[in-house]
Amino acid sequence: MTADTAKNFGPAFKTNWWARAGWLAGFLYAAYAANYLDVSWARFLQGLGNGAAFLAEMVPPNFSRWELLAANLIETVEIAIIASAFGILFSLPVGLLAARNLMPSWITWPFRAFIALCRSFHPVIFAILFVKAVGFGPLAGILTLIFASIGFIGKLFTEAIEEISLKPLEALRAAGAPFMSVIIYAVLPQVLNRFIGFSSYQLDANLRNSTMVGIVGAGGIGGTLFAAFQRFDYDFLAAILISIIALVMLSEFISTRIKRVFQ
Amino acid sequence: MSQAASYKWERFTFSERLARFAVFLGFAIALSLSMRSVQIIPEFLYDAPTQVADLFKRMWPMDFAYYPEGIHHAMMETLHIATLGTLLAIVMAIPIGVLGANNIVHFPLLNWFSKLILVSSRSVNSLVWALLFVAVFGPGPLAGTVCIGFRSIGFVGKLFAEALEEVDPGPIEALTASGAPWFSIFLKGYWPQAAPAFWGVFLFRWDINVRESAVIGLVGAGGIGMVLDTALNLFFWNRVSVILLSIFVVVILAELLVTAIRKRII
Repeated sequence: MTADTAKNFGPAFKTNWWARAGWLAGFLYAAYAANYLDVSWARFLQGLGNGAAFLAEMVPPNFSRWELLAANLIETVEIAIIASAFGILFSLPVGLLAARNLMPSWITWPFRAFIALCRSFHPVIFAILFVKAVGFGPLAGILTLIFASIGFIGKLFTEAIEEISLKPLEALRAAGAPFMSVIIYAVLPQVLNRFIGFSSYQLDANLRNSTMVGIVGAGGIGGTLFAAFQRFDYDFLAAILISIIALVMLSEFISTRIKRVFQ
Repeated sequence: MSQAASYKWERFTFSERLARFAVFLGFAIALSLSMRSVQIIPEFLYDAPTQVADLFKRMWPMDFAYYPEGIHHAMMETLHIATLGTLLAIVMAIPIGVLGANNIVHFPLLNWFSKLILVSSRSVNSLVWALLFVAVFGPGPLAGTVCIGFRSIGFVGKLFAEALEEVDPGPIEALTASGAPWFSIFLKGYWPQAAPAFWGVFLFRWDINVRESAVIGLVGAGGIGMVLDTALNLFFWNRVSVILLSIFVVVILAELLVTAIRKRII
């Protein structure tokens, strides 16, 4: 009976040869890339030994320089808040001007190119260029994160605007409403909630990134972190890392609360 | 009738409006406090246009002859770091994502443990991960690959766990009722439903990792970032501009590739 069923219907699940070939190709690629990068098991094991020594030096975390730590954390938060405020402020018009269903193409393409430029470079690269332009300190970090915010919010906001229903716009235009009224009464009500969502996400992202821009001298806790690395001051390093993770978790908690308010 | 006319329609309740107002007020206060205490030297800002003009003057003309001898190999290294790191992240993120899905693993403690790993992976910036792994493995692409892998676990694992939590329980019930072992239930019940989301996340993360692996070299973790760091330290700005241009081109190509593949498979 069972043999009969098997003959009539074949196996319950067909072998997917394409999927198997895909997995095989993945493995072959991993082997090739590991060879290209000179990544080997022996080096990995050797690193694990170093890692154990490294972790041992990090325990217990050294919070004795907490005043420096607190001052740096405050500067980090300040950079994130100022950069978010200006980034959100600028990305609103940039997003509107880059939306292809509102503007003619000769306006949208330079703004789309600007957004693409802001997005394609990692914040650290902007940070390096801004440190050169405005010198060491939090200003370079703020400018960096403003550009990063425009890139992220601008892109998503533009996409949100391009998805809106055009009927309210048509109604307002038919009634002879001026351009700004069309934007305020037909476009913004449809996308403002999503804009606030993107903005609160970006505030979070800016806080994460502001802990890092200091590595290239653009202010915040990153500079102290990098210095602790270079001086092999690993127990202070552990304290810095713990406070960064705590700060990010706190901000994640706050931003979930804020999202709930705006739902 | 007259009652209906006097009825006042409101979009939000009083407490909702109060909460919104409190959020805006809180942000405004935080912003003004930050603006007052942050240490900005205004002279540096006035000087910025001159400095930027100087920067562009030094970047021009671009030293394209440097691409074949110094940049190409490092760029390939960057792409391999991004791809291999993403694969490593998948290998680690699948079990952690499964542990985090509360409809598969019914122990809240394990769910919580998985969430903790995912959050720590995401809260530490990729450059900080890179610093850590350079300290562990020494400078080079191994540190970069492991850094990209650990940094991506949080993102891939979180979205994979969410995709697993959203699966339709029907096929799983059918498999359980027919007495399938746990692994078959996962492979034939959960995986086919979560797979499209999973591959989407994989592609999206690879795109992000191409950007990130281009900079982790600044702290010694291999790839184009190390070449950039050298050029910056030696003030070879006409090489810096070529490096930045090639990063820009590769990032745009990666994004186009990902968009094309996503359109095909999803």
